[in-house]
Amino acid sequence: MQKLKSPSEVNEMRLCLEAFETTRPCISVCAGSGCKASGAQNVLDSLHRELERRGLEGAIDIKSTGCHGFCEKGPVMIVWPEKVFYNGVSQSDAKDIVNSVTNGHKPVEKLLYKDPTTGQRVLHEHDVPFYARQQRILFGNNGKIDPKDIRDYIKVGGYSALARVLTNFSREQVVNSVKRAGLRGRGGAGFPTGTKWEALRKSKVRPRYIICNADEGDPGAFMDRSLLEGNPHSVIEGLIIGAYALEASEAYVYVRAEYPLAVEHLVVAINQAEKAGLLGDNILSSGLNFRIHLVEGAGAFVCGEETALIASIEGRVGEPHPRPPYPVQKGLWGKPTVINNVKTWASVPVIVNKGADWYASIGTERSKGTMVFSLVGKINNTGLVEVPMGITLRQMIYDIGGGIPKGKQLKAIQIGGPSGGCIPASMIDLPIDYEALTQAGSMMGSGGMVVMDEDTCMVDVARYFMEFLEEESCGKCFPCREGTQRLREILVRVSQGKGEESDLGLLDDAGWMIKETSLCGLGQTAPNPVLSTLRYFRDEYEAHIREKRCPAKVCRELIVYEIDPAICDGCHACVRVCTTEAVLGEKNKSHTIDSAKCIKCGACLEVCQPKAVLVH
Amino acid sequence: MPQVELPNVEPLLEQYEDRRINLIPILQDVQETYRYLPQEVLRKISKKLRVPLTEVYQVATFYRCFSLVPRGKHVIQVCLGTACHVRGAPRVLDRMLRDLKLAGPGTTGDFEFTVETVRCIGCCGLAPVARVDNSNTHPHLTQAKVGGLLKRYQDKAEAPNAAKPDEASHAKA
Repeated sequence: MQKLKSPSEVNEMRLCLEAFETTRPCISVCAGSGCKASGAQNVLDSLHRELERRGLEGAIDIKSTGCHGFCEKGPVMIVWPEKVFYNGVSQSDAKDIVNSVTNGHKPVEKLLYKDPTTGQRVLHEHDVPFYARQQRILFGNNGKIDPKDIRDYIKVGGYSALARVLTNFSREQVVNSVKRAGLRGRGGAGFPTGTKWEALRKSKVRPRYIICNADEGDPGAFMDRSLLEGNPHSVIEGLIIGAYALEASEAYVYVRAEYPLAVEHLVVAINQAEKAGLLGDNILSSGLNFRIHLVEGAGAFVCGEETALIASIEGRVGEPHPRPPYPVQKGLWGKPTVINNVKTWASVPVIVNKGADWYASIGTERSKGTMVFSLVGKINNTGLVEVPMGITLRQMIYDIGGGIPKGKQLKAIQIGGPSGGCIPASMIDLPIDYEALTQAGSMMGSGGMVVMDEDTCMVDVARYFMEFLEEESCGKCFPCREGTQRLREILVRVSQGKGEESDLGLLDDAGWMIKETSLCGLGQTAPNPVLSTLRYFRDEYEAHIREKRCPAKVCRELIVYEIDPAICDGCHACVRVCTTEAVLGEKNKSHTIDSAKCIKCGACLEVCQPKAVLVH
Repeated sequence: MPQVELPNVEPLLEQYEDRRINLIPILQDVQETYRYLPQEVLRKISKKLRVPLTEVYQVATFYRCFSLVPRGKHVIQVCLGTACHVRGAPRVLDRMLRDLKLAGPGTTGDFEFTVETVRCIGCCGLAPVARVDNSNTHPHLTQAKVGGLLKRYQDKAEAPNAAKPDEASHAKA
């Protein structure tokens, strides 16, 4: 693509690309990390082979796009211009798909989404219940563009916000727009972005830096990854607008090394933006000089904390330091620095293009715009969901998520990663916004939403998070380093049936102490999983302590495996998978489990078709 | 531990300016090239960047992705993110460790496999998952699938095309 030399050339380029827009059908296949793991690359390869075989290469386009969000049903694809949505596609379907396009777009029935309640096939993506309730202002373009082709982004209106800003907006106007829109940090804490930007603008120290925090460490959250994989230019455009407003000449994007595809796409996107004259010196002849550097993380959860992240960019260990000074006062190399999350930066072009008032009209009183959640765990429709703030948990779990698999009961929803908390099923009508979640003992966090059913043990969940936090605590401050260890020890004790009545009080006291006295956000929120489960699921703790019983039948020390002789058909499947020879019995006769040999791995339960394996 | 012959690290180091900011990128590059951080290389890095060896060591031991001991031919990352945890990842991990006769995450005696746990690779929709050699993601794992997964990589040396057609996608993904 040629170099763009002025804001108006961006718009001309878009018009030009639109004019060349053909009516050729296009099969856009999701090739995000999720669908790739489900075999999307094979589907792409076989589609290409099929087109080649039939000499249709010039007649039908194939596009490899970023994440469409519906990971559960992957690989997924959309056939344009009819917008037919296919799910669960495999490489052997390539022939049928190409046939359907050449035969007047008669859809391939078996690949259409099947509504589990009505049994009806659904033709279009926007009619699938999973998508119908969403408002996808950040993720909407993921299914339309090839993330490795800047022209695709420009064609859907990309960089037009930048062009508009450079022509019509003063720096203060940009900051005011972001402020008026009510945008709050999407990384977790929800600090008002406009206020942060304003604070930086007050500083007279130069140079200033901006940072994009893409160290998405919360387990169960993958929206930043998906946005960088699927629409990296939207983040870059946000950064350039930020650079203009904040008079910064350099930005650092700190990405987790665990996301190789996101890194790859970002590198390509930065290169293309440089070639197009959107990064570098004198951007679009506006006098703005701005460069973006990519830094890969090295696997430390605490680096999601802003001061630790800055230390990591500087090549040091990722240990946080007390605030103030805040990064806007003393950040990267001691200079004023604004750090915002991936989705926060990507929201900026949307606010510029659609207007602050439009953005502020979405959401609730104090939480504006949309929020992206990763809906995972014990839920039918797992995937990424973008919804207006204020939607209730019920709408999320049942309308979008399609409820709990296997007819099980919902027990809790864990929101906000290890810093968040578990919200019980009884609070399902809670609206999702920053304040409501914090009041409920959880937090918005980066938007990880892990659904738990009756088979999930809340003591085990608390123990899991405490093991995580103990390992990820950087060790700098005492309350977090020692406190997470002690909490974990108590939880292990309780889960083994060795807990005592006094442990409950101890967990509570120690939890609050860690919260009050830790140095950084990691420690200050570390006890949340324990405190929230204690608050809502005290009976489960008590069952472990008083009755030495795990109600969800998860904690190994408290369960016994047995085979119901009345149900067992002697198929031998369990005998084959048992690694400790604990399952006894001849073929076609009912089996038994030798509890002395049984290590309670659950392999037999996993393979038993007639469901004869019981857990007590 | 096998005798590891240290290839020439200089060309790799020369690509980087002598700035502190390059410490982690260099360590990542070395880790990727040698699959661990040999002590001699750490000394060279310390000299090049004029960062005390203690600080290089501090960084190398702080971050999870670095290893000071050689790792196996195939690195299996078993995801222990929350979604994987509630969908049974701990059992899958236990099974894998038992099959490989490992007491905990680590490297097998023949240096064929290194099993490590990872805090979420962002494929939560397909939980539980494991990623092999930083590229092949295996979705919806069960204990029963562990044996086949290991076999595919064990067999690779003898039969490079051993992957079943319907699974080949993972090898390419």
